[in-house]
Amino acid sequence: MSWGFLRDLLSGVNKYSTGIGRIWIAIVFIFRLLVYAVAAENVWKYEHNEFECNTKQPGCENVCFDHLFPVSQIRLWALQLIIVSTPSLLVVFHVAYRETREKRHNQKLYKSPGKIDGGLLCTYLVSLILKTGFEIVFLVLFYKLYNGFKVPHLVKCDMKPCPTAVDCYISKPTEKMIFLYFLVATSGLCIVLNLSELSYLIFRYSIKCYLKRYIKKQQSSESDCHKLRTIGHSRTATARQVHNSPSVLLNIQDKLEKNAAH
Amino acid sequence: MDWGALQTILGGVNKHSTSIGKIWLTVLFIFRIMILVVAAERVWGDEQDDFICNTLQPGCKNVCYDHFFPISHIRLWALQLIFVSTPALLVAMHVAYRRHEKKRQFRKGDQKCEYKDIEEIRTQKFRIEGSLWWTYTSSIFFRLVFEAVFMYAFYFMYDGFRMPRLMKCSAWPCPNTVDCFVSRPTEKTVFTIFMIAVSSICILLNVAELCYLLAKFILKRSRRAGNPKHHPNHENKEETKQNEMNELISDSCQNTVTGFSSS
Repeated sequence: MSWGFLRDLLSGVNKYSTGIGRIWIAIVFIFRLLVYAVAAENVWKYEHNEFECNTKQPGCENVCFDHLFPVSQIRLWALQLIIVSTPSLLVVFHVAYRETREKRHNQKLYKSPGKIDGGLLCTYLVSLILKTGFEIVFLVLFYKLYNGFKVPHLVKCDMKPCPTAVDCYISKPTEKMIFLYFLVATSGLCIVLNLSELSYLIFRYSIKCYLKRYIKKQQSSESDCHKLRTIGHSRTATARQVHNSPSVLLNIQDKLEKNAAH
Repeated sequence: MDWGALQTILGGVNKHSTSIGKIWLTVLFIFRIMILVVAAERVWGDEQDDFICNTLQPGCKNVCYDHFFPISHIRLWALQLIFVSTPALLVAMHVAYRRHEKKRQFRKGDQKCEYKDIEEIRTQKFRIEGSLWWTYTSSIFFRLVFEAVFMYAFYFMYDGFRMPRLMKCSAWPCPNTVDCFVSRPTEKTVFTIFMIAVSSICILLNVAELCYLLAKFILKRSRRAGNPKHHPNHENKEETKQNEMNELISDSCQNTVTGFSSS
């Protein structure tokens, strides 16, 4: 079990994503997962060993490190990657549900189980909203836990058992800061992609609905016109009959009068 | 998740590249990624542990190390390789998009579609022409830009490509100017020069590929401009159309003549 598992899961999602969704997956794979695995992890590898405090007091370093880094930045990064990728699984589950439903009923219930319409569209939108939400939550968490994205090279620590306010030096602060900024930039980019995908889907769906309504209106107005025309024809036909019948009556009346005269 | 994942992604692009592009990919995989993973990472593995400063002052080593190596060589190379490989994905995405369109045409039963089955579409190699030419050329251009930017960043950050044996550091809390010794400086210099040399070869390959694509494009354009109508199929079609028109005209004329004569 390793990052390859997440990679395989996300590859499965790729099939049911829009174009923007595929770009999102590519960015997560290459600029977040890959950079984490091949570069960032090694920067934080010996962070505890290399963390040094200006004291010989046993236990002071441990306590200060724990106080400064309740959760290590690299672990928070890994959690963020996992949690942000997970909402995409909702889409995979929904498609699997559709496919099993079709099998069970043994008939074609959907145009295509993987097409983003109807209930699957709702699931997809929900997954986008969750992804964006989680990204923002983690960015805020990073900011609050570490007082911004800067990593200082010196921190003063006065936790017990440190005798006084002791200088503690963090290892590789500049490199860590560069990678944190990289993390923030890629997170921001992913948020922007999610929001644009959300607005694109909503826009497309509303255009579809509007067009359907418009076509329905047109069709109903055409059928009304047709009905009116047929009614009109039958009316004129009866009107002609009614118009013709008085002249017949007059002729009959003339004949009767003539007969009477004779 | 490691370099193997990047290899599988880029391997797909290989089919649709020019010969120079294939050479570039080979150089990238063998002389850069493999060297990085197998050798360079070991050389830089113990870099901070074995970075020793001539002082017992706690924190001085950390601060001096951070001052001289804001970002480690090995991480900079890893980032460079990732950024330089990424433009090839544009080509992969474009090819995937074209395949998707062809599959859609095939499923609709379009008669224009000349494929027999979906497997043929999947394994088909697309020629670098039309919009794919533009995508491919811009991917090479971005590759060049990224390579150049990273090489310059390297040169700027480390004042050249040599790794000195001794560095003098006077950053606080070091008490005075302190001597700090880098671990394995010669080995690191050798690998640095090697990676820079391979980067330069990759830049040259990219420039050559760019020139080749441009030359091909210009030649094609000039050929088209030079021979606009001497296309045999085109000529035949025009002739047959004209023949048909003439027949129709002569038939109608005959009819009118006979019509007049009969009346």
